[in-house]
Amino acid sequence: MASLRDIKNRITSTKKTSQITRAMQMVSASKLNRAEVNAKAFVPYMAKIQDVVASIAAGSNDASHPMMTTRPVKKTAYLVITSDRGLVGGYNSNILRTVSNKIRERHTSNDEFVILSIGRKGRDFFAKQGMTILESAIALPDHPSFADIKEITRKAVGMFSEGAYDEVYMYYNHFVSAIQQEVTETKVLPLTDIKPTGATSSYEFDPSAEAILEVLLPQYAESLIFGAVLDGKASEHAASMTAMKSATDNASELIDGLTLSYNRARQAAITQEITEIVGGAAALE
Amino acid sequence: MKTITVNIVTPDGPVYDSEVSMVIAVTASGEMGVLPGHIPTVAPLGIGAVRLKKENSTELVAVSGGFLEIRPEKVTILAQSAERATDIDVARAQESAKRAEALLQAKKDDVDFKRAELALKRAMNRINVYEGNI
Repeated sequence: MASLRDIKNRITSTKKTSQITRAMQMVSASKLNRAEVNAKAFVPYMAKIQDVVASIAAGSNDASHPMMTTRPVKKTAYLVITSDRGLVGGYNSNILRTVSNKIRERHTSNDEFVILSIGRKGRDFFAKQGMTILESAIALPDHPSFADIKEITRKAVGMFSEGAYDEVYMYYNHFVSAIQQEVTETKVLPLTDIKPTGATSSYEFDPSAEAILEVLLPQYAESLIFGAVLDGKASEHAASMTAMKSATDNASELIDGLTLSYNRARQAAITQEITEIVGGAAALE
Repeated sequence: MKTITVNIVTPDGPVYDSEVSMVIAVTASGEMGVLPGHIPTVAPLGIGAVRLKKENSTELVAVSGGFLEIRPEKVTILAQSAERATDIDVARAQESAKRAEALLQAKKDDVDFKRAELALKRAMNRINVYEGNI
């Protein structure tokens, strides 16, 4: 049986750990609130841009753009959004597992695809597997603004236009609720599934529909990515909050168990002492 | 007086939402003035100032990259970045103008040159809007 002091030490250190995890849980909870607000602020922008893209695509059949046409796929790009640090439960492992499985399903050699990574965990994971990482963005702030990710979205869209790859899939954790996040796959490029929204109004284009698409489509694709980053961040904070909550719960369970054995050990020591005294007194008589 | 609703939205959230009597924006094909009842139009925006005229005042918003969507009763500006004159960090704009100028002086390859030029344009636009001399 462990000595009294050992148990006491373990109780103290577990208590300290649980204090830390509880603090981290609360930090994540407040970050999650901010992230949800940010994601909401982005909604009107995305809705509007979708609206206009859809109405242009529906209104003029002759307006085509390289970003909307499917070309034979020689190289695929996977844009993977992960977090920079751990302590987020299954957040990163879920997404990395899904991507690895998809890649194994679709490709036979590492030359057929490239990785674009947002987040340190994803970058390190794929680098370890010996896959080509074309671009990566790490150390994003907890509440990224569009300017923070402009660099990588511009490159991701630009390299598609230049023909470095022929399709782009994006993977991120979609925020369903504070306790549930889903790994989501979206095809970002080429933009083939633009659904016309109900209210299509016909527009005049100045100077032309093609010129508008030239500006609009890259912006649309970049917005898709930005939206996913915001969604991913909300999921990250939620996952971190849940992970820290269960860590705190586990710690208090552990403390309860340890306290019980501490009390037992103490009681045993007392009983033994009394037995010894009684035994000693009896021997004297 | 007839008015038109103006919305300026960026990925980071709405920047401006108000009724004005006239909108003047710099589009790819030149300056464009929009009055209430305009025919539905879409036009790409350049780097420049959007002037929002109210009855007896004019507000300026610095925008870069994006487009303008016009409906008879509503104008929506979707820009990658947009700042009202009061929200502009002028020290930062001056800083980046200086940096861009230094890059332009150095004259490296074409790509850097173009980027520096755009950065300078954006910075100058912000400074102009801040100072109100458009």
